[in-house]
Amino acid sequence: MTELRDLYQEVILDHNKSPHNYREMADASRIALGHNPLCGDKMKLYVRIDGDRIADVAFQGSGCAISKASASIMTDAIKGKTLTEAETLYGQFHELLTGPPDVKADGAGLGKLAVFSGVREFPARVKCATLAWHTLETALKGQQEVAKTE
Amino acid sequence: MSTATKTPARVYDVESLRAQFPILSRTVHGKPLVYLDNANTTQKPRVVIDRDRKYYEEENANIHRGTHWLSEKATEAYEGGRAKVARFLGAASPKEIVFTRGTTEAINLVASSFSQAFLEAGDEILITGLEHHSNIVPWQLACERTGAKLVVVPITDDGEVPADEFEKRLTPRTKLAAVSHVSNALGTINPVKELIAIAHAVNVPVLVDGAQAAPHLPIDVKDLGCDFYAVSAHKMYGPTGIGALYGKAEWLEKLPPYQGGGDMIASVTFEKTTYNELPWKFEAGTANIAGGIVFGVAVDWLTGVGLAAIAAHEHDLLVHATRTLSAIPGLTIVGRAKEKAAVVSFTLDNVHPHDIGTILDREGIAIRTGQHCAQPVMDRFGIPATARASFGLYNTREEVDALAAGLSKVSEMFG
Ligand SMILES: Cc1ncc(COP(=O)(O)O)c(C=O)c1O
Repeated sequence: MTELRDLYQEVILDHNKSPHNYREMADASRIALGHNPLCGDKMKLYVRIDGDRIADVAFQGSGCAISKASASIMTDAIKGKTLTEAETLYGQFHELLTGPPDVKADGAGLGKLAVFSGVREFPARVKCATLAWHTLETALKGQQEVAKTE
Repeated sequence: MSTATKTPARVYDVESLRAQFPILSRTVHGKPLVYLDNANTTQKPRVVIDRDRKYYEEENANIHRGTHWLSEKATEAYEGGRAKVARFLGAASPKEIVFTRGTTEAINLVASSFSQAFLEAGDEILITGLEHHSNIVPWQLACERTGAKLVVVPITDDGEVPADEFEKRLTPRTKLAAVSHVSNALGTINPVKELIAIAHAVNVPVLVDGAQAAPHLPIDVKDLGCDFYAVSAHKMYGPTGIGALYGKAEWLEKLPPYQGGGDMIASVTFEKTTYNELPWKFEAGTANIAGGIVFGVAVDWLTGVGLAAIAAHEHDLLVHATRTLSAIPGLTIVGRAKEKAAVVSFTLDNVHPHDIGTILDREGIAIRTGQHCAQPVMDRFGIPATARASFGLYNTREEVDALAAGLSKVSEMFG
């Protein structure tokens, strides 16, 4: 159960139950759809960009606890950040998820996102944790197609 | 349970069957493996594993093209495999059995060759709402190429295909109907014999996707009357990468070849090529020789266990699983057909199937979660995914109970 507790930390379970920024956004400047065909997760991400800053971000959709919590925590983490800062954060987050499972991740500089450090022990779940970020990438690039984790 | 009774004859000895599967004695994450993903692929008994090895150690050679001893041996064993599969499915002759990579390739073969010869713009192909992607997409591709239309028989809330809905959608433009014998996502056993009779009454040929039926029910293609029947060895306790298409000889004669190459030809000149006889006309290139041989061993082994006995044992597991899982708060079983194979698809309130799968995995319990290559089925029920336990001939009631115990850990964590 210990590894399971590493994966399903309380913070993750809480965000899964009551996700933050879970709403529609009427004045979004970008909307992107994310889809993980393997598990059927679907996500709609709304971003309002003001200059080079993410002024507001919200999401809706259905997914597993990991993908939902990841989206929720991501929206908290990037709100108010510049586009470059968000990109850097994604890079660090990705490293946190895909680093060697035998090395404990420290998650320095990641703030709350560090609760996903247990995911690296569950390679099948990395895609769940990155779906929101893939979708964000699609939204920021202004691409029209659906972001896929496959 | 029946094991408590004292009838010595014909007792289904699940423990001695389990003992024949080396993998079943292993542990996963420190727990005994509870393998409940049989609709995805089945484990392999020792005889199957040993036969594969024996072929490569003692008989390996290319077939149909050698004058040397080994090649003759390999050809004999491969064609022997075909004869066994023909007998297993009740085909009139081994020439009605085309070896393919599996069900998917078998359906693609028919979709490709049939559409090339017989499908025109405005024609219709009839399928059902519970098909696996591999009995949808090949027909979509055929329709795209020809301008034909794909027509879908809707399923009921219980996951059944009503015969009258099927009949209503057969029109003078319907050129072929393709239906699953057993649904992998819901477990529904379709009344294929009845559907075939209905289609044949208006001269429409029927392809049956038998991937999920062949390991669980006695199959007799002559009795069913189907024109085509597709199976995968790996779901029948045999190897991956091999399967079979049964086709009535008169249909296989009429269809053009699927792929071109060696083995499928009688003679080749740059001006004209004539094709080989059945079934080799449809087998281009060096075949999965070991696969064909070992597939034969697997079906003989299944016959030895007895499909009727397997069906009865699995039905007992289904009844036990349905009762046990239904008692779990918040659990909903998706697919409640009256005739069902031992497949239990379910959802749990407030827990995504993917999370269920991960937690059960740490208990050593293997199930499948997701859309089961049947996205339209999930859409029909308005759910993103399900968790699915699918049982095989070696599963036990104790394993059903282990699943239930695992699910209470899930509820605990997400409670
Ligand atoms: C009903 C059904 N049809 C077709 C297939 C495809 O079989 P294969 O992947 O072996 O070709 C499957 C396998 O999942 C199935 O369950």
